[in-house]
Amino acid sequence: MAIRTQPVTVNLGPQHPSTHGVFRMRVMFDGEEIVDVEPVFGYLHRGSEKLAEERTYTQIVTLTDRMDYVSSMLNNQAYILAVEKLAGIEPSPRGVWLRMIASELQRIASHLVATGFLLQDLGALGTPLIYAMRERENILDMFEMLCGARITNSYLRPGGVFMDAPSEFWPALDRGLNDIVNTIDELETYLSGNEIVFSRTKGTAVLPKELLINASITGPMLRASGVDWDLRHRAPYDYYDRISFERKLHTASDNYARYWVRVQEARESVKIIRQCIEQIEPGEVRPSFDDVPRLIRPPVGDAYAAIEGSKGELGFYLVSDGGIAPYRMHVRASSLINLTLLRDMLIGGQFGDLFVTFGSVDLNMGEVDR
Amino acid sequence: MGQAFLDNSLWRNIYCVLAGDSSSCASRGYSDGFLPGGLEWLAFLLAALAIIGLVVNGILGGVIVLIWGERRLFGRFQSRTGPNRWGPFGTLTSVADAVKTMFKEDVVPADADRILFNLAPILIATPALLVFSVIPFGVGTYVADLNVGVLFIMAITSLTTLAVLTAAWSSGNRIAILSALRSVALLISYEIPMALAVVGVIMLAGSMSLGDIIAAQGVPFILVQPLGFFVFFIAAMAEMARAPFDLTEAESELAAGYLNDYASMKFGLFFLAEFMAEISTSAIITTLFLSGWRGFDPIPSHFWFGAKLIAVLFVIIWFRMTLPRLRVDQVLKFAWKGLFELTMINIIVTAILIAIWPQPTTSQLWAMAAINWPVAIISIYLVSKLLGTAPYDQPLPDPNVPSYPVGSESIPASSVLGAESSSAQAPSPEGGD
Repeated sequence: MAIRTQPVTVNLGPQHPSTHGVFRMRVMFDGEEIVDVEPVFGYLHRGSEKLAEERTYTQIVTLTDRMDYVSSMLNNQAYILAVEKLAGIEPSPRGVWLRMIASELQRIASHLVATGFLLQDLGALGTPLIYAMRERENILDMFEMLCGARITNSYLRPGGVFMDAPSEFWPALDRGLNDIVNTIDELETYLSGNEIVFSRTKGTAVLPKELLINASITGPMLRASGVDWDLRHRAPYDYYDRISFERKLHTASDNYARYWVRVQEARESVKIIRQCIEQIEPGEVRPSFDDVPRLIRPPVGDAYAAIEGSKGELGFYLVSDGGIAPYRMHVRASSLINLTLLRDMLIGGQFGDLFVTFGSVDLNMGEVDR
Repeated sequence: MGQAFLDNSLWRNIYCVLAGDSSSCASRGYSDGFLPGGLEWLAFLLAALAIIGLVVNGILGGVIVLIWGERRLFGRFQSRTGPNRWGPFGTLTSVADAVKTMFKEDVVPADADRILFNLAPILIATPALLVFSVIPFGVGTYVADLNVGVLFIMAITSLTTLAVLTAAWSSGNRIAILSALRSVALLISYEIPMALAVVGVIMLAGSMSLGDIIAAQGVPFILVQPLGFFVFFIAAMAEMARAPFDLTEAESELAAGYLNDYASMKFGLFFLAEFMAEISTSAIITTLFLSGWRGFDPIPSHFWFGAKLIAVLFVIIWFRMTLPRLRVDQVLKFAWKGLFELTMINIIVTAILIAIWPQPTTSQLWAMAAINWPVAIISIYLVSKLLGTAPYDQPLPDPNVPSYPVGSESIPASSVLGAESSSAQAPSPEGGD
């Protein structure tokens, strides 16, 4: 006897424990199989891009912190690069090295958060999440030494950073890097060989790389499909052309590959920071206020600068009308663009994989809604 | 009626103190009871109430301790302290939680079927308590030693799913319905390996009575029946919907499943039932496989039972803290393709051994253990090889070998917008925002 089934529509979110913020999905499923998904977002919209039109170029740094709040340093870096390009500011070398160290630390923290929450979505009741967050805590402590803040750092300024690292930062960084490697080893022994993790993530939500390219998806999601696209390598900004690191690629393009690429990239970030420590030289951390005043008035024009953020290409587009505030700011938010393939990933999959796939995109609602 | 109960020493003592002139008490040395003659029925009733009060309150107290212990252990596993504010080492945290739960507003959804909605918490708490009626907590400390004790446990524990289904259906919540469907699927799949895993124990003991099973365990059956223990333990975890099989609650997917619409003490009863099920499952595992209350002589039997119970509880909590959740299809596949076969192997091997040694002595039990362990290890290894996920067959790409650009003409642009996959409404190719 054939059992007649009927698709059921369920509203998930915005107040759902695993939506990574306030995301809402109207999911239609037939039994356990997902038939249709309609994403709804905008619950965290704060109008950052409009607010930027009322702020000076230095003040906007604080707005960028609050976009992707688990990778503030990378947001700062992308914005500052755009300002430097717009105003033609020559950054001071020590400031550049310091912001590279800060942004690579932030990348590790962001990947740890992504991995921890992926495991949380897999149902591992918090233990791996807390192990990952414990290591992120050390990184946040280092940020506290650098700039006094932990999450909303606002560390970078046009031309460099606003203060030099204190002397106790360097031994702490050295210890921290060793701890990070140990933690990643620990996480990997627990996760990569875990049959449940592997069987649940292998072969789920597979995306062909042509589709990823057509949807302009970047970051670990793209590299997990085998496309070698890393802006630190393709279009080096700051001093990444003086750094050698491995680009980690995977071919499977499923949830496991995305997780694997993130973990390996965190390892590579440790190597990048070690090279930065070797090459950093003493000097001023930012140009003097005669060269770069607090009130920057860039010439009329526009500029776009992009970095390899923790979630993909993070770009800032600034238009100047010659005033002290930008005429228009637009953010190429990698989380939002990575979300565009959510339907392709989810439809036809199992209901139990919904939030795992959602977590493997590694999105941040602060960045999606801005 | 009385005989089955009067074997229970606790019951007998209370009954005989109250009505000493009964014929069965006189032979045991009781001369006079408190009650006058002809009121044996009252003595019987009072003894019953005393036992019920003792067991129910004991279990509820155990649940309070277990909730505290589990949360403390969670803290330790997650390198944090856990609850430590109320009372020494946070021991009063559960009490505070219970008080808080009782004073919460009792919300009933507008769409709910009120009768069933209110009935479901009672339905889930009752079987969770009933299981304890057959469990021997120590020498002569049990409510009833049924001659079909194992069967009784199997039947009663299945009732939990009925309550889950009632709760989900009556609350008129689609997520709850999904959770209830998963619960039923889990029950149907795991009841069979669970029952078949006990068959080996029943064959060795020659009885379904829990008292006889404990008496037969000259060697704890975990050593004689490793495969049976393995299957029973996993199936029991699935039956009480604990991680990695917590598909019915699935916090990160269904947000609590069938519990979604329950508040106040109705939620509290579900919560209590969950922890009572944890205790009863550990008690059953202790009784069937860890030789129950048996131990060395100077230490009382109740202590042995409690120590083994806590050890099993620890392992269950450990599993819960460590493992991610399985998906529904994987859970069902594991039951039917993995555990079912393992129980069959176990039954066949045990049947052959029973045919050789019909009434096994302790040394013969050791011999059985020596045969069963290699069988268990080999069969578990084979099943894990057959069911395990194959590693990736493609090698990882070398980033230094250029592979870009990839052919982007091979895929139509419309699939980016998801036009093919959407059956309900097709967005226009240039549409969207």
